[in-house]
Amino acid sequence: MTNCPECDAPVGAQDRFCEECGRNLLVRTTPVGGPDGSAAAQCACGSEDIDSDGFCELCGRSQPTGRDRMEFVLPTLAGISDRGRRRARNEDSMAFGQVHARGVAAIVCDGVASSERSDEASQAAVDAANAVLVDALVEGSDPERATVLAVASANRAAGELARPEAPDVAPSCTYVSAMRTESGVVVGWVGDSRAYWLADDGAKTPSRRLTKDDTWAAQLVADGVLTEAEAVNDRRSHVLSRWLGGDSGQVSPHVVTLVPEETGIVLLCSDGLWNYLPEVEDLDAVRPRGAAPLEVARHLVDTALEAGGHDNITVVVIEVGGADDR
Amino acid sequence: MTAEFAVEVFQNEYLPEGAREVDAIVTVSASGGSSAPVSSTDVAQVIIVDCSGSMRYPPAKLNAAKHATVTAIDALRDGVSFAVVEGTDTARMVYPREEGLAVVNDRTRLEAKRLVRGLTADGGTAMGRWLTLADRVLARHRGGLKHAILLTDGQNQHETPAQLSRTLASVSGRFTCDCRGVGTDWQVEELRKVAEAMLGSVDIVADPQGLADDFRAMTATAMGKAVGGVSLRLWTPEGATVAFVKQVSPTVLDLTDRRTESGPRTGDYPIGAWGSESRDYHVCVRVKAAGVGDRMLAGRVSLLTSTGDVLGQGRVLAVWTDDSALSTRINREVAHYTGQAELAEAIQDGLEARKSGDVETATAKLGRAVALATSSGNTDTAKLLAKVVDVVDPVTGTVKLRPKVEDADEMTLDTRSTVTKRVGRP
Repeated sequence: MTNCPECDAPVGAQDRFCEECGRNLLVRTTPVGGPDGSAAAQCACGSEDIDSDGFCELCGRSQPTGRDRMEFVLPTLAGISDRGRRRARNEDSMAFGQVHARGVAAIVCDGVASSERSDEASQAAVDAANAVLVDALVEGSDPERATVLAVASANRAAGELARPEAPDVAPSCTYVSAMRTESGVVVGWVGDSRAYWLADDGAKTPSRRLTKDDTWAAQLVADGVLTEAEAVNDRRSHVLSRWLGGDSGQVSPHVVTLVPEETGIVLLCSDGLWNYLPEVEDLDAVRPRGAAPLEVARHLVDTALEAGGHDNITVVVIEVGGADDR
Repeated sequence: MTAEFAVEVFQNEYLPEGAREVDAIVTVSASGGSSAPVSSTDVAQVIIVDCSGSMRYPPAKLNAAKHATVTAIDALRDGVSFAVVEGTDTARMVYPREEGLAVVNDRTRLEAKRLVRGLTADGGTAMGRWLTLADRVLARHRGGLKHAILLTDGQNQHETPAQLSRTLASVSGRFTCDCRGVGTDWQVEELRKVAEAMLGSVDIVADPQGLADDFRAMTATAMGKAVGGVSLRLWTPEGATVAFVKQVSPTVLDLTDRRTESGPRTGDYPIGAWGSESRDYHVCVRVKAAGVGDRMLAGRVSLLTSTGDVLGQGRVLAVWTDDSALSTRINREVAHYTGQAELAEAIQDGLEARKSGDVETATAKLGRAVALATSSGNTDTAKLLAKVVDVVDPVTGTVKLRPKVEDADEMTLDTRSTVTKRVGRP
């Protein structure tokens, strides 16, 4: 590290704080409020004439700005959140952080479409959870406990957006997070956003899905009422049984721990991706090997877009195993 | 004086997959704020009085016209430029005597009024020539607000409709002209054509006694204008066509054919002089269909002064969605004014059919008009309709044609058919 990421002042390799602006050099995170998607320099029609409101002066097409396409990269992890092709706005959010020599944390939340301002809910939730998880990394506290606290904090943050006069449409969202420390990966979730372990080799710790959806259909499958195949076609397959937000009450996440014996990636994603690539085999078949996390994320998001991009697509890719000094 | 302009757009921007037509109501509001009206030197007014032979009968008609002109002259502020033109089968300066404008003061008022009182009626009617003289006179005026009042009692018999159309095409946009028909021997369609081309109002003054008040009101309105020569600029994206641009309040006025190209994918529509007032426009653009989830700027509406200053701007959007709850939502403003435009058309078609003896079409059209006027709360028009048809059921529009209808009632309905009811805003 030679320059402060905040103020660009030169910093020494051993410095923990920037002498110039006081920034903690050991902690890096996505900005609160979400990474700012940059406007394209050129419209898809080829025109470079974009007006101040982000519309093309030639074809009138709205240019992707702000939340429509967010990309962010930190060492060993990267994420992309894309509006997709069919939704008017991106209601997914992502946040992540890296603490030098301790580990990384990442969160994906998917705003519930039937609630109001669910884009704000998902953003508030990821930011609140990220603050808790990054603090836990800095302090070296227990990842499983941190995950429970992060969900409580995210639930509060989303719940504060509710209007008392409109409890039925209280802003709400799903939640999935992963914390990678030297002792393994802890995944927590509420709702149907997913985490997958995708092994590079798979001989020792085979690829698998780490989460079970909190949906009515999944519940019915678990109870033996529906088969897996029936559930996919059931209209309740996406109806959430648990979520975060003003009308969710007290929520504690499901938590699982993964201690892989080989290298690979942990993938966090919203249903905008897994609708097209539901099984680990699908994901393993599509993802490029040996590529940087951002490249993997781009490839997966592009696959979902090309398949129709019916929903918002959010993907965070976390490298696991390999070099120690992360 | 600088007026404050505001542009608001009302629409449902959500379209179903494959849809191309984007409708929006654009409300333009001008407020004079605290400032005084425009300086007198900016304003020029020409009064054109029909002095054709028919004005002699009944004698009250010419007397009323003279009285109204005198009243209008009295209503002009000191410093305003003015002229009075006599219209027959030709056009002649009444005041000042030579072609040009006089500046209002006590002396010129007296002189002008004396000459107006001495007017006599003789000869024919050629409105195009009247407007041509008014245009020449007003062309000498340096200020921005040029207004004329045209009073007639008869049909344009001494020139062909083609001649009148040519004249209108050449003077349109150079000044505004409010038209008044006195009595019942003039043609509504003809005078409406003149008023629409000149961006002015048209009305019937069935009783000559009402002329003086009407002239005073028109003059006061003209004096209250702050900005002349305003135009509405519409940008549309590549591949789009403008289906129509209509003023829909206070009256229906189709501006579609008034477009002059002003840049790539951009055209200007003249909307005349503005005081403190608010008008609504219905813009309909056909765009290239885009994919679900796409957002497009389907139109950008700007308001421009004659010198090209932008007074305000609004955006017409298109967002394609597969959520039919969004795309089937009906925008109140668009629905209301679509109904008001249909109302005007139904009245005009119905009266036309009635004149040609097609009872069935006349009954159907005027019945539809009654239903539209009732459902939209346009009570003024509903009352005028009730003088022409017997209303059996106003809600369904069940009507019977009245066997006997006063000419004045029929002409009043026809003339005011384009007057819309403002959309109610909660």
